[in-house]
Amino acid sequence: MTDRRPNPDELLAQIRSEEEQARRAKFKIFFGASAGVGKTYAMLIEAHERRRAGVDVVVGLVETHGRAETAALLEGLEVIPRRAIEYRGTTLHEFDLDAALARRPGLLLLDELAHTNAPDSRHRKRWQDVEELLGAGIGICTTLNVQHVESLYDVIAEITGVRQRETVPDSILERADEIELVDLPPDDLLQRLTEGRVYLPAQAERAAEHFFRKGNLIALRELALRQVATRVDAQMERYRRTEGIGGRWPVGGRLIVGIGDPAAAPRLIRAARRLAEGLKAEWVAVHVERPVGPAVGAGRDHLVDVLDFAAELGADTALLSGPRVSDELIAYAQSRNASRIVVGKPTRPRWREALSGSLVNALVRHSEGIDVMVISADAEDAGVRRTPRAAAAPPRWQDYGRAVLIIVACSAVAALMRDHFERANLIMVYLVGVMWAAVSVGRGPAALASVLSVLAFDFFFVPPHYTFAVSDTQYLLTFAVMLLAAMLIGTLASRLQAQVQSARIDEHRSHALSRLSAELVALQDRDRILAAALRHLQDVFESAAVVLLPGLGGRLEVAAGDPLLLGVDAHERGVAQWAFDAGQSAGLGTPTLPGSRFLHLPLRGAGSVLGVIAILPSDIRRLMVTDSFRLLEAFANHAALALERAKLADQAEAARVQSETERLRSALLSSVSHDLRTPLAVITGVASTILEDEGTLTPGDRREMLRTVADEAARLNRLVANLLSMTRLESGALEVKRSWHSMEEIIGAALHRIEPLLSERPVTVETALDLPLVAVDDVLIEQVVFNLVENAVKHAPSDTLIEIRARANDPMLEVTVADRGPGLPPGEEAQVFEKFYRGEGSHRSGGVGLGLAICKGIVEAHGGRIRAMNRPGGGAILWFALPLGTGAPAVEPEDSEDPPGVARNG
Amino acid sequence: MDETIPEPLVLVIEDEPQMLRFLRPALRGHGFRIVEATTGQDGIVQAASHAPEVVLLDLGLPDMDGLEVTRRLREWSQVPILIISARGREDDKVAALDAGADDYVTKPFGVRELLARLRVALRRSARIGAGEGSRLVIGNLDLDLEKRRVSVSGTPVHLTPIEYRLLTELARNVGKVMTHSHLLRQVWGPGHAQESHYLRVYMTQLRRKLEANPARPRLLLTEPGVGYRLSDQ
Repeated sequence: MTDRRPNPDELLAQIRSEEEQARRAKFKIFFGASAGVGKTYAMLIEAHERRRAGVDVVVGLVETHGRAETAALLEGLEVIPRRAIEYRGTTLHEFDLDAALARRPGLLLLDELAHTNAPDSRHRKRWQDVEELLGAGIGICTTLNVQHVESLYDVIAEITGVRQRETVPDSILERADEIELVDLPPDDLLQRLTEGRVYLPAQAERAAEHFFRKGNLIALRELALRQVATRVDAQMERYRRTEGIGGRWPVGGRLIVGIGDPAAAPRLIRAARRLAEGLKAEWVAVHVERPVGPAVGAGRDHLVDVLDFAAELGADTALLSGPRVSDELIAYAQSRNASRIVVGKPTRPRWREALSGSLVNALVRHSEGIDVMVISADAEDAGVRRTPRAAAAPPRWQDYGRAVLIIVACSAVAALMRDHFERANLIMVYLVGVMWAAVSVGRGPAALASVLSVLAFDFFFVPPHYTFAVSDTQYLLTFAVMLLAAMLIGTLASRLQAQVQSARIDEHRSHALSRLSAELVALQDRDRILAAALRHLQDVFESAAVVLLPGLGGRLEVAAGDPLLLGVDAHERGVAQWAFDAGQSAGLGTPTLPGSRFLHLPLRGAGSVLGVIAILPSDIRRLMVTDSFRLLEAFANHAALALERAKLADQAEAARVQSETERLRSALLSSVSHDLRTPLAVITGVASTILEDEGTLTPGDRREMLRTVADEAARLNRLVANLLSMTRLESGALEVKRSWHSMEEIIGAALHRIEPLLSERPVTVETALDLPLVAVDDVLIEQVVFNLVENAVKHAPSDTLIEIRARANDPMLEVTVADRGPGLPPGEEAQVFEKFYRGEGSHRSGGVGLGLAICKGIVEAHGGRIRAMNRPGGGAILWFALPLGTGAPAVEPEDSEDPPGVARNG
Repeated sequence: MDETIPEPLVLVIEDEPQMLRFLRPALRGHGFRIVEATTGQDGIVQAASHAPEVVLLDLGLPDMDGLEVTRRLREWSQVPILIISARGREDDKVAALDAGADDYVTKPFGVRELLARLRVALRRSARIGAGEGSRLVIGNLDLDLEKRRVSVSGTPVHLTPIEYRLLTELARNVGKVMTHSHLLRQVWGPGHAQESHYLRVYMTQLRRKLEANPARPRLLLTEPGVGYRLSDQ
């Protein structure tokens, strides 16, 4: 038979879980039936052994309860000091999670896994601390009593009569690598108790008397043993599966538990979990919402708690909506390929079932191949496991008031009609009123309106008038039919209204999400992405928010939204930082630091957490409804993806710039090495020739050679100067020192400096007599003119004319340098200003292709423009324009008096 | 060589041996005697003990900044100081000139340029020693300070009072770069040291009156970012 071979998916899951395990720190639980069996003692013994084996063992928190033998075992172990917390006037000493994370030991001892932390702590429960520590790679040894196991809650409560408030989800037990049972027979335990060797908190002493009865202890011991045995069984099962050992195979499959009344749900969920575990099946806790009134009631809050609770016990959860619970459950079960549906025993009175149909009946009738299991689930006392959340909305008395008003109005209308219509028609007026009430104010008020309408009809319109007495018994039937019709209309209308509203909300939300993603797709820029996300958040959830992104050193900083919203609140920032570091949501409405004002959602990208979005909800109850919360997470995910995309685009751009820089650098190196070496080669060659001359060189040769040396040295000097200028320009060190200058004078200075290069070449300068002063940096602009003329000298034959013109063309001052050289290759007019661009033939004339790039840099630094173009008739024109500048200072004309003694015209 | 006039003595304050290897034969070959100092401190001592006719000073000295050496020398000596430096920035030139240096040559330079500057400096100090000359002839320009008469190629030129003051200030320091702020103070008064546009306007006017081609001046030369100089050739 081939079906003995393990399923590949299972194998893969197994491999993954092993890898995860190897990566993960070891987690060991010392498990006992009750207090006093010696768990802490056993843990400390183990700690010493591990320490001797070279493990870095640190005590996070161990309760010795004043027992000398336990305290003695603490000696020689490093202990993390506890954190003091002021709470309602007393000082609590709590485990210091941050200190432990900072210390990063190999193994941390942490007593009492079920402990509830002081209100100010990061996590509500110690087991959450443990999860974080394990996540950080720190090994944990801890202790736990069987009565704190979540799935055993009901059983324990039944056995002992004590309801445990401190419970630990079963998932954390399953996470343990090792569970060591610390066992002590009940007689020995009782012996210890009478000797006073079992610690009991003072306030629990009376309860303890009841708790530590032999019967209880035996039962608890059995539970503890069974728990560990089940686990061993599961391990064995797993082992057999990996090793391909035949035998009992898990039935597997999936189980759907339908949750109705939240009050009865915890018991149902626990029962379902035990069932699922027994069947080795996955399980999904599902609630079907029916479109009810528009207001979100307190029931919905509880529902969220209940689904959270199921998730803690290891269930998947789903929130469905539809008019018929049974249809939705069956459809969902079919879609998930589930083999069983579990529901609670009906708690509603029979007459209501008779009226609206029984869920169980409907399920059984339509379930086809799916088994339906009905579990007894009585409502348990409320508040056992309920996080304090916002109080329920107060009853809306004004809605009922409006229903009354509507009936009063109907009565008035009916009174006007009385004389013209039959009584039966007046009923229609009331029915319309009831429908109106149902649509506008909901089902409850509509029911009130139904009753009132019958009463009002009787009082005003049925003889005898103005009394509730009825003369004709026929009317009793009329009333009954009218009431029924009104009730039915009211119910249907309000349900319809609610459906419309729920559809509208759904539509609104799905639109919101698609709008957001459509908008985000189009955006590339980080700030705009964040702004769009915040705007949509405000639109859909009516909640203000800020986005925090890591700044320098990984600390979160407000990157979008009003920084004042978050303020300097160190607590909120701390929560945000935690959400960022842990990659989990935290704050308001989550199990981690629920006391915060904000809900902090991590922005999870594909590889890492990019930041945190801190949301200040306008109405926490609206936000905490499961699907709202998921939508919110979907929002955050969309924003995170867009953000990541923007980040990647930035990185790609940076890489492109980097490679461009590299390209330029290598161009520079080859260009510079060529241009530096050529003159150096000439200089070296000439110098060595003259040095080693034995009288063969004529004085003429010698002079000629030395002139070459001087020319090459001058060229080298220009090259170095250009490189320095370019470096200054590119490093941003270039400082434009503007003052008012005459362009004519600048051109003159440049020509004077370039004269040695010009030799006999003709140059003309044409400037208008009234050329205004221009606000420029004369040193830099002189360099521009110099480089442009030098460029002309390089390219144009030595006997051709170079023409320089300057003219004002308000608001610019234009300068052109025109030559009669070969001109520019067509299409390359703009490229000549690029760095290291070399036109044909410029190798010969020796330039690194920096001169014009420097011109461009300088002109643009002045806010000007520079162009190159071909000249009609041959040659190139290099043109640049500079802003004239505003507010040229006036120079008041001088008195045209002659200086004393100066002769006028001889 | 005239036996009665000793060759002019140059104090070279320069710490780079390569530069000295170039300067020594170049200067001796052109009729100068030289004294060398390789630190600023030593330079000041040598200046005091040898009373050179001109000082060649490098700005980058190992012990102190060349500007500081210039200031110290100026406390007691009017010897012409010619700065030789690789610092080519205009601000450095202005600072050196304002500290009292006479001229500024940027490395690298040819021996011809160096000798020209040295001769200008020597002529200036000789003129100061002999009392201010009353007449200056440079190319076509003829300036008679005593008669307050200016002519170009023999044709008298009419100058406004400010143009005249500007020209005479440059003429009194012929060959030397005068910084903008110095000219503004001297011609317009201490309150106008920042109003360099005055200088541009009057310089343009002066060039139109004195230069054959004002766009390519031969007499009134511009040192961008530093100042103006009246050429002495």
